Order: sequence, then C-alpha cells, then structure tokens
Amino acid sequence: MKSSAPIRSEAEIVAAILAGETQFYHELIRSHERSVYMMALSYMKNEADAEDVAQEALIKAFRNLSTFRGDAKFSTWLISITLNEARNRLRRQGVVRMQSLDEPPDDDGAVSPALLRDWREIPSEAVEREEVRTLIKKAVELLPEIYKQVFLLRDVEEFDVNETAQALSISISNVKVRLHRARMMLQKELAPQLKRINRAPKRRWLPWS
Amino acid sequence: MVIECKHVWNYISEYLDGTLPEETRNTVQRHLEHCEICSAILDSTRNIIILTADDHVFELPVGFSERLHARIDLELMAT
Repeated sequence: MKSSAPIRSEAEIVAAILAGETQFYHELIRSHERSVYMMALSYMKNEADAEDVAQEALIKAFRNLSTFRGDAKFSTWLISITLNEARNRLRRQGVVRMQSLDEPPDDDGAVSPALLRDWREIPSEAVEREEVRTLIKKAVELLPEIYKQVFLLRDVEEFDVNETAQALSISISNVKVRLHRARMMLQKELAPQLKRINRAPKRRWLPWS
Repeated sequence: MVIECKHVWNYISEYLDGTLPEETRNTVQRHLEHCEICSAILDSTRNIIILTADDHVFELPVGFSERLHARIDLELMAT
C-alpha cells in the first residue's frame, strides 16, 4: 500500500534471505503484517496476546524459511504458521476449546438476513466516524471463529478463494459457504444499526422551540 | 424460472462475487428487478462489505510495526 513496487519477486527475496542477506526479511513481511495480526486476533481475543502471537509467528517463519515451498504463496504459509501459533498458545494457557460449540458444522441451517425495504448507500467517509468503525469491528468480532477467519481473509485481506482455503486448510466449498454465512450474519447485525445511523438527522433547531 | 426470496438469499454472496452459473444468475437478476426487499438485502450486504474492507476499520495497534521489526532485528543479530 505505502511502499513502492517491489523490485524483486517474493521468491527472489526468500532466496536472498536464505543465501544470507537476512535484512531482507523486514521487506518480505512488510505487506503481511496486518493479515498475520488479524488472524492472531481472531483466536486470542485481546490485542496484547494477538501481538505476541503475531511476533512469535513471524520469528518462527524466519527460522523455518528454508522449509517454505514455492508451491504455496508466502501469505498463506504465514497464516497457517500464525494459526498454529495461536492454537498452541491457547493450549498452553489451558484454554479448552469446545470444537462443537465454537465451530458449528458447515451443514448448519441458512442465515436469514435483516429485511429492509430500501437501502440508502452509506458512503465510505462514514468510517471516519469512530462510532461507525466500532459498530463494524464489534459485529465482526462477534462472528463465530470459523466464519470470522474466512471473512477477514476474503473480504478484508482480499485473499482469493484458493488462498483462503489453503491458509485455513479447508475446502473451497467450505470457504464459499462460510463466507456467505459470515456476510449474511454481518448484514443481519449491521444493516439495521447502520441504517439508523445513516438516518439520524443532524440536530436541528425547531423554529417554535 | 421463478424463485422465492428465501432461495435468492442463498445466492447473495456468490452473486456479489460473480461466481454463479449464468442461468442461476439470470434467475436471481430477474427476481431482484421486481423485489425491493431482496434488492435492499443485496445492496446493504455489498455496502457493508465495502465499509468493512476500508483500511481505517481494522488497523494495527499503534507501534506494532516498530516493536515487530525491533524484535526481528534482535533475531537477525542472533543468527
């Protein structure tokens, strides 16, 4: 986003690092920091733990860089390392993860959206308001983990379907089903709230008050 | 073919991604043309996806990168 176009491909940078030019590791991970952090946060629930997991995962990725195979993308490889790190951390903390409760099966029923009759487009400038950002972040946070992870990778980090499937070790059809449910859950939760915000009239002085 | 709203909802995500088979896409499209509820659901879902993807919504904690790269420097020095 901010940096100029890479002079070398990711594969070339990896090769340079493995050949001893380790300083290039900084450059290699620059554009992956947020996706690593977001995935860590999807498990850890608090920022400090998520940052810790993200750092640890990126250090591990450096130590194991020689095992990185060019057939996967570096971004998806990093995400798998991050998710492993997060799961290990939770295990060490003694958090017992209830698979059956945390992770509803994929053949779960359909999600009904919020029914509206009309939708007035909310412009992107709306996210400049803290209130709007908080609403959105909270709604994403409240998604069940398996839906949240797919949603964050696909719609926030802009991974494609294959990359998302690879990063999460799930099938392509599961990516599609989970993404659909996540989007519907967010629509159900957010559409009525955002509509209210959008409609809220500016404070106006009534002539007779 | 005519379909009910409930069935249209199942296709919203793939409709937005443009991955529906042509026939299904056309059926959904025809439904959307006359159903204001399904159109509003589609528009609001698309709108919400765009807002959520905005770079200002999910941001790294302040100082995250500085701390990370400082830690990586320590690691690089150790190797």
